[in-house]
Amino acid sequence: MAKVKHESQWYPLEAGESVLDGLLRQGVSVPNSCRAGACQSCLMKAVRGTVPEAARVGLKDTLVAQGYFLACTCRPTEGAELEVAGAEDLRVPARITSLTMLSSDVLRVRLHADAPFEYRAGQYLSLVRGDGLARSYSLASLPHEGVLELHVRLIPGGEMSGWLATEARPGDAVHVQGPAGNCFYVPGRPEQPLLLAGAGTGLAPLYGIVRDALGAGHTGPIWLFHGARTPAGLYLRDALRELAERHPHFHYRPSVLTGGSRDVAEGALDVLIRAECPKPVGYRAWLCGDPQLVLSLRKKLFLSGLSLKDLHADSFLPSAPQVETTASSASGAR
Amino acid sequence: MTEAAMKSVYEQIGGEPAMAAAVDVFYRKVLSDDRISHFFEDVDMERQAAKQKAFLTMVTGGPSRYSGRDMRAGHAHLVAQGLNDMHFDAVAGHLKETLEELGVPAPLVARVLTIAESARADVLNR
Repeated sequence: MAKVKHESQWYPLEAGESVLDGLLRQGVSVPNSCRAGACQSCLMKAVRGTVPEAARVGLKDTLVAQGYFLACTCRPTEGAELEVAGAEDLRVPARITSLTMLSSDVLRVRLHADAPFEYRAGQYLSLVRGDGLARSYSLASLPHEGVLELHVRLIPGGEMSGWLATEARPGDAVHVQGPAGNCFYVPGRPEQPLLLAGAGTGLAPLYGIVRDALGAGHTGPIWLFHGARTPAGLYLRDALRELAERHPHFHYRPSVLTGGSRDVAEGALDVLIRAECPKPVGYRAWLCGDPQLVLSLRKKLFLSGLSLKDLHADSFLPSAPQVETTASSASGAR
Repeated sequence: MTEAAMKSVYEQIGGEPAMAAAVDVFYRKVLSDDRISHFFEDVDMERQAAKQKAFLTMVTGGPSRYSGRDMRAGHAHLVAQGLNDMHFDAVAGHLKETLEELGVPAPLVARVLTIAESARADVLNR
C-alpha cells in the first residue's frame, strides 16, 4: 500500500489509486478539474519521496525542478511514501473586474491579476475560487491588454459557471494559476496561411491567437471558422466582422448546424472548411473546443495535407466527471 | 567499399529531418488506406505518428530501440484482430511509395524494403 502525507497526516492509497483520488476520497480538498493531466489544476509539490515520471508529463522544466507534479496522474508504486504540499505558492491573486453575457450561455469574465501573470495568447489558466474550487479556461485576451479575459460557457448545474453567473460580483477575489497549453502563435513565416477552427467557447483562445498574429504583422491569409448549433451560440460576431473589415487578409466564417442565413453558413464545420480551404498544404492550424470535434478535424486536416507539426490542438475536457460518478454512487449507497 | 555504402540508409537520406518529413507522408497514406486504416484508429495521432517515425527510423537503419521481441509484443493485439500478410504488404507498399516520392534513390529504397521484409515474421507473430 502506498501512502501520502498531507498537512501532517498520512492517507493510505488503494492499489492503483491516484494521489488526487485518494486525497479527495478521504476528505482532503485539492483543486482539480480535468483529471486527465491536461488542465494542471491539481498541481502539487512533492516534499519527500519519489513521484512517477507520468505525473510530470507536460509540466514546465522549472516546475519539475521544484518538485511539482500532477496529483491526478500520480499513482505511486506499491509501498511508496510521499509527502506532498499544495501549489499555493504558484497562484496569483486576482480580482473579478467585470461579468458580461456575450450570448445566452456564454459569460465574459474579466480579471485583474494583482501580481505579474505571464502568458501567450491562446493559453489557458486555472481559475481558483476562495474555497479551492478550480476550473480551467482559455484566455481570450492578449498579454499587453492588462486584463485577463475568459469566455465561460454556462453549464446547467456547473459549480463554477453557476457561481460566476449568479453570485460573483466585480471586486470578488479569486486566484489564477498557470498558464498551460501549447496553442499559441509563434512569430515567423509571416506569409504562411493560418487556419483556426473551434466551436462554442473554443473561440476564446482563437480570438486571442488571431489578434496576436495580426499584431505581429502576419501577412498570409488567416481563416477563422467558428461553429455553433444555432445562431444564438455564435458570439463576438460584430467584433470579428470589424476585425475582418480592417484586415482584408483575415476571413471570419461563422457557421451553424441549423438556422443559417446570408451571413452565417449552415452545415458541418469540416464541410465548410473544405469548401473554403480545399487544400491546406503548408498551412498552420489551431483547433479548440469539444474533444470529438477537435480529434475529427485534426485527422481530416492532416489527411488533406496539413503537417502534424503545424497542427495545434487543445481539447476542452469536461471537468471532474469522476467526482460526479463517485458522488452519485456514494449517495446511492447511503 | 565506398563511404556512402558504409553509411546507413538513415544517414544517407538525411537522418532525423528526413524521417520527420517522411512520417507525415507515410502516416497519411496508411490512414487513408481502407484496407489497413482500422488498425490505426488510435485517436492519439501524435503518439501514433511517433510510432510511425520510430518504425521508419528502424527500417532505415537509424538509432532505434526496436527488437524482434518488441515487434512481436507490439503487434500481438493486431494479429488477434486479423492482421495478416495482405496488411503487411499494404504498409510496405506505402513505405516504398513514400520513399520514392521523397526522392530516395532506388537502391536505397530496395535496401529499406529488405529490412522491412525481415520484420514480417515478428510483426505477424509467426
